[in-house]
Amino acid sequence: MQMDKQSQLVDTDAPASGTFRGLPRRDGRAIWVRAIVIALALALTAVLSDFRLFQATMVLAYAIALIGLNILTGFSGQISLGHGAFFALGAYATAILMGHFEMPYWIAIPVGGIVGFAAGYAFGRPALRLSGIYLGLATFALAVATPQLLKFHGVEEWTGGVQGIFLTKPSAPLGLPLSDDQWLYLYALVLVGIIYWIAHSLLESGTGRALRSIRDNALAAEAIGIDSRHHKFMAFGISAAFAAVAGGLAATAVQFVSPDAYDLFLSVSLLVGAVVGGISTLNGAVIGALFIVYVPTLADSISKSAPWAVYGVVMILLVYLMPEGIAGAIRKASRAPVSGRH
Amino acid sequence: MTISRREMMASLAATMPLVTGKLAIAKDSSPGVTTTTIKVGHIGPYSGPASAYGTMGRSLGAYFDKVNAEGGIGGRKIQFISLDDGYNPSKTVEQARKLVEQEQVLFLAGTLGTPQNAAIQKYMNARKVPQLFLSSGASRFSNYKDFPWTIGWQPSFETEGRIYARHILEQMPNAKIAILMQNDDFGRDYLRGIEDGLGEKPTAAIVARQTYEVTDPTIDSQIVNLKGSGANVFIIVASPKFAAQAIKKGAEIGWSAQKYLVHVSNSTGAVLSAAGFENAKGLISAAYVRDVSHAKESTEPEMQDYLAFLQKYYPDADKSDYVNAMGYSMGMLVEKVLRQAGDDLSRQNIMKQVTNLSMRLPMLYPGVEVKTAPDDYVAIKKMQLIRFNGATYDKIGDQPIAG
Repeated sequence: MQMDKQSQLVDTDAPASGTFRGLPRRDGRAIWVRAIVIALALALTAVLSDFRLFQATMVLAYAIALIGLNILTGFSGQISLGHGAFFALGAYATAILMGHFEMPYWIAIPVGGIVGFAAGYAFGRPALRLSGIYLGLATFALAVATPQLLKFHGVEEWTGGVQGIFLTKPSAPLGLPLSDDQWLYLYALVLVGIIYWIAHSLLESGTGRALRSIRDNALAAEAIGIDSRHHKFMAFGISAAFAAVAGGLAATAVQFVSPDAYDLFLSVSLLVGAVVGGISTLNGAVIGALFIVYVPTLADSISKSAPWAVYGVVMILLVYLMPEGIAGAIRKASRAPVSGRH
Repeated sequence: MTISRREMMASLAATMPLVTGKLAIAKDSSPGVTTTTIKVGHIGPYSGPASAYGTMGRSLGAYFDKVNAEGGIGGRKIQFISLDDGYNPSKTVEQARKLVEQEQVLFLAGTLGTPQNAAIQKYMNARKVPQLFLSSGASRFSNYKDFPWTIGWQPSFETEGRIYARHILEQMPNAKIAILMQNDDFGRDYLRGIEDGLGEKPTAAIVARQTYEVTDPTIDSQIVNLKGSGANVFIIVASPKFAAQAIKKGAEIGWSAQKYLVHVSNSTGAVLSAAGFENAKGLISAAYVRDVSHAKESTEPEMQDYLAFLQKYYPDADKSDYVNAMGYSMGMLVEKVLRQAGDDLSRQNIMKQVTNLSMRLPMLYPGVEVKTAPDDYVAIKKMQLIRFNGATYDKIGDQPIAG
């Protein structure tokens, strides 16, 4: 039974990868959809309260991390249980750059991303010799070690040890009549736009096709001359960079970093968000991020005594009813009439 | 389907200004207060690594149920909103913003954890929302000059360190002291207190000091080194796991120094049983909340009231868990502040009352008072010294000691 499910999953995956699902099809509708999404996202700035905008900024931050994870897991077929570590790295890099070097946030966050890329690439080189479940375990180790490494005394001068570091929330420039939360939300929107565009271009390029071919059949990919190791390292590095940008953005919104914020559960949450949203779709990232931010809160409001049981039930239902994630289910539903056309 | 969703969005968008407009009006008077209710917020770890402390929020909530059942405060019922942060400081920030901005609570009470409270300290002060009676012994929460809206209530680690130093000077004026300490703020706060308590030219002196990192797998070598110093007093400034290791290892290598154990790690169930009751016999610690590990056998009226309260309002509670006694005591403290504030339930007046307290709490050891002033944010300054007799703790002397 379980075997059936799995092979079925792979089956549905294989043909779809050829047509490159997840990115809007290039028909006229896609542009309209995009324009509407952007307009709605901008409109939220005026409509939502500061607290809701703060939450929305967190959603966008997680969405960036999930785009990274989708590239890694969804498109190059590698599992990471340790992306919380890169998220933490970006957060700390941003906090240290802003705190110790007085670098403005809009430079610090991208620089954090570069640090994340370097770390991801360096970690990926040895780790990616491992495959499948073993890579999962290696990255798991990274996630487990992160909070303790951040508390390490030798780097306390920089990291602030257990007490962490405070960040100053950026204010709107040029005297724009926007609150700090409104401004940061807009900045986050721009970041998401850039990251989405990078991911989209990357996946539509030869690199993207190479990644998918490695995922679908590594041997065949090697046979047609694709350097699978190089592509895997790059995928890992880029996804780590995105996670780091996400961490920097989240830290700026929260205005505080401390080791306990980046435990194993964060890494697991990211993977959960990626799968629930839809693992090989970029649009799924936003849905997954909404899941990460709102479902625990929702579960908490349903049951105080067993919020994680509620969370578990929601997750099982989603995985069972929508094996391709929420974005996958939406696409399937919207595709039905389209396929009837031909 | 799509139409109804669009309609829903439209109606949502239409009501939004109304909602925010309403909130803006509420802000001008007293946030979180109506003629019939007072909103109080709390954040605690109901899930995650520190979920054992989640029960504090539950007993605090149960105490407010009791207050409400008995008629509330000045005709107002306390509406207690307690949220989970899973012991994750970024989540604490989100929940604090939710409580302050969405729920519009009058103040936060009893929020738990040092990094968690540190994460929201700036925000709460910028917003001028009281952050009351938080659960942490870190000295940064009694800094009334920079953070006038933040106040703890438990004795600070420094206070406790001074108490041990005083007791040592009194009992063994020529003691040679060895200290094992965790290498972070927690350890350093205690050390500062101990050094301060010993005074400028102490007759008793610290002859050895070893630190450990929370990441260390064991502390055996530190204990061996400390024993080698020839010290006859051993102060253990360690979190529970390491405290148990230290007591056990000290006994294994036959070190008979008088042990002092910090109060965060003096739980009989979690620490001393792991170390071995026989090994822990005779160690000295300090406490401010009464020992409830044998509450059921106690005949003291305070203990009876406490048990009756749990029975009625929180029957699932573990009655021998001191965390519940802390929640209960914190509830009384909040009740006192609200009663003292009378009809002026502005945040300014709340802080005025909070910094003008002088009271006893039944579940604290006799003689331990809660006393504050506008320039004194250390609410509890005395602790009762206690000695472990191999099964439970006995009081040392009848009076608590000031630190």
